[in-house]
Amino acid sequence: MHLTLEFGGGLELLCESVKIHNVNVDLPKGADKLSMRDLLAWVRTNLIKERPEMFMKGESVRPGVLVLVNDCDWELSGQLDTTLEEKDLVVFISTLHGG
Amino acid sequence: MEADSKPKKSGARLCCVCNQNRAALKRPKTLEQICRECFYAVFEEEIHQVILENQLFKPGDRIAIGASGGKDSTVLAYVLSELNRRHNYGLDLFLLSVDEGITGYRDDSLETVKRNELQYGLPLKIVSYKDLYGWTMDEIVKMIGLKNNCTFCGVFRRQALDRGAALLKVDKVATGHNADDIAETVLLNILRGDIARLSRCTSIITGEDGPIPRCKPFKYTYEKEIVMYAYFKKLDYFSTECIYSPNAYRGFAREFIKDLERIRPRAILDIIKSEMVQSLCLAGGAESRFTKAWHWSYSRPKQ
Repeated sequence: MHLTLEFGGGLELLCESVKIHNVNVDLPKGADKLSMRDLLAWVRTNLIKERPEMFMKGESVRPGVLVLVNDCDWELSGQLDTTLEEKDLVVFISTLHGG
Repeated sequence: MEADSKPKKSGARLCCVCNQNRAALKRPKTLEQICRECFYAVFEEEIHQVILENQLFKPGDRIAIGASGGKDSTVLAYVLSELNRRHNYGLDLFLLSVDEGITGYRDDSLETVKRNELQYGLPLKIVSYKDLYGWTMDEIVKMIGLKNNCTFCGVFRRQALDRGAALLKVDKVATGHNADDIAETVLLNILRGDIARLSRCTSIITGEDGPIPRCKPFKYTYEKEIVMYAYFKKLDYFSTECIYSPNAYRGFAREFIKDLERIRPRAILDIIKSEMVQSLCLAGGAESRFTKAWHWSYSRPKQ
């Protein structure tokens, strides 16, 4: 599945300072849908090059990291259970820095 | 408004305020699902109400906005500018920036403030530790090592803000401290047993007995909403953690507050408004009164 991922608020530093990633994510074996839970695991393995604890805690994002799917707060679509579709835009923004 | 976006997914939620547009975020304060336009309106209106109810400004005031180039101060500059125009506060607004001399952090964020100066049309003044004290923070850390850096820097910064404010001849300094910050500070002071600081830290106006009073218009504003506002409005801000901050104790308080927010978002406001903290503020922080207030609030029947 082709997706566009954006990292902001300092998270780009964990992905070699690249803010926008156009990726092709394989669906998990035997699944017909891709969930945010699956995507996060994929991101941690494939995109996060350092300090994964800054991005994730357990199977979700670290508290303080906002997630938007197609410019909508993922809290509206079920957070980890949000299902993704082809060409979706997922944005991760960290709020954990000075103001 | 959302006509050019992707077709609605099944089950797309509508804004609970206008019932027309697709909801874009869930407000942590109220758990409401709200669209962008309604969010802008309620965000700005709530801050306007905080300003009015707490009488933060009066017409003719010269106000310096403590501007670091970060998310809070950028949004504060934008919103104050906007509200000043919309509601005729009659304020003269300035951006005031402190250069601590932290390479790779402050020098980059100052570029952002310089852009903000142009974007918002607010005059900018930068004061530096080097000019005021003869030392940059980098030089200080070289001398003292990596412990207690934030403690020193905080003290120097406050004084630098006072100096800058005096140079600008302003009546008040407004800073972007948000609800999350203040909740963190409350927790930090409890964990350290710093009663004196605890009694002062939730006030929306401070330093009225000093050279230049300060206020925190974002006292009841959630950090998440500030970031979402900046994101949707595409506001330009700088976002990297100060290189010396990982060693600060505040990190523990922040982690705890963020975990708490995930379980019950309302907790952040509850901490700031908690009766125990309020009674401490009134009590002025004397140790015996603290003990009394603590016992009093714990012995009340649960509601």
